[in-house]
Amino acid sequence: MTDKNNIQNNIESPASGSEHGNSVIGEGGIPVFPGLVHPTPSGGILVTAIDDVINWARSNSLWPLVFGTSCCAIEMMSTASAKYDWSRFGFEVARATPRQADVIIIAGTIVNKMAPVLRRLYDQMADPKYVIAMGACATSGGPFFYNTYSVVKGADHVIPVDVYIAGCPPRPEALLHSLITLQNKIKAGLTREQIKESSKVENEGH
Amino acid sequence: MTNEELKKRISEILPGASFEEGGQWLNINMEAKDWRSFSNSLRDLPELNFDYLFCLTCVDWKTHLTMVYHLESTTYRHTIVVKSKLDRNAAEIETVSNIWRTAEFHEREVYELFGVNFLNHPDLRLLILPDGWEGKNPLRKDFEDPVNMIKL
Repeated sequence: MTDKNNIQNNIESPASGSEHGNSVIGEGGIPVFPGLVHPTPSGGILVTAIDDVINWARSNSLWPLVFGTSCCAIEMMSTASAKYDWSRFGFEVARATPRQADVIIIAGTIVNKMAPVLRRLYDQMADPKYVIAMGACATSGGPFFYNTYSVVKGADHVIPVDVYIAGCPPRPEALLHSLITLQNKIKAGLTREQIKESSKVENEGH
Repeated sequence: MTNEELKKRISEILPGASFEEGGQWLNINMEAKDWRSFSNSLRDLPELNFDYLFCLTCVDWKTHLTMVYHLESTTYRHTIVVKSKLDRNAAEIETVSNIWRTAEFHEREVYELFGVNFLNHPDLRLLILPDGWEGKNPLRKDFEDPVNMIKL
């Protein structure tokens, strides 16, 4: 596996590590596994922060909620099926119930009648939850921005969104890119929930 | 029957009908008051036998409304388009839901979006729009909604 190869390589040829060990860096500068490997004669000791490991685990197993309202749902289905398989990235099962889902991918237009339903589903999801607005309609109302009496001009009027995808509909590669972006956001500790959590802890410390 | 034969037969049934040229199917323009008898004869006459209404809609030209019906026969496989002008302020036409049952829902949709009153319709009320939209006909050209509609 790529992970093991990276760890081995870093131990054999110490590159840009800190004084305690080598960080497990993969392509793109994002750590494949957070932490530093402290080399010992019989292998190594991985020293890490639990928060980072939790973020790593959460990001690699996000289960999406099926929420395709409109044409973007077809692209989402094609991302889920064999050709552009998203379960390689951990989005293994698309849960039908919001109680067991982590991420809601809003694939499609949100109309005025659907907005309270979307709000209710989002409220029923358990923390930590993330939102991806897929396509032009969920981002800003899309082609229905002008002269429409019934479309909510962007899903972020209803729920807070983490990642926006442009496209009408976005290609499956674009959806995969956004999923990876969300994963990187979670690993780096930058999603809205994590910032809220960390600022809450700081406030309690006062 | 070809378009020519249909044109001949229909002008025998309804002398006041006028035909539009061009287009794949025969387009018939008629008065709204003749619609009841005309639609019955379209379905019942054995050589016409139009038993499949596959589209029922309305078009808002700014001066008037036009009802458009697309009819086909499943036995002869000929298709015609029937159009009828309606006055914007008094938009009324006879229902065809007793002839072609699918018209029940389509006429409800035209009622809620354009405000056309269908006479003798068994159940004329809003179909998809939520409660509180009676009387507001969103697909009319003069519909204004300053809250939701952003003007281009």
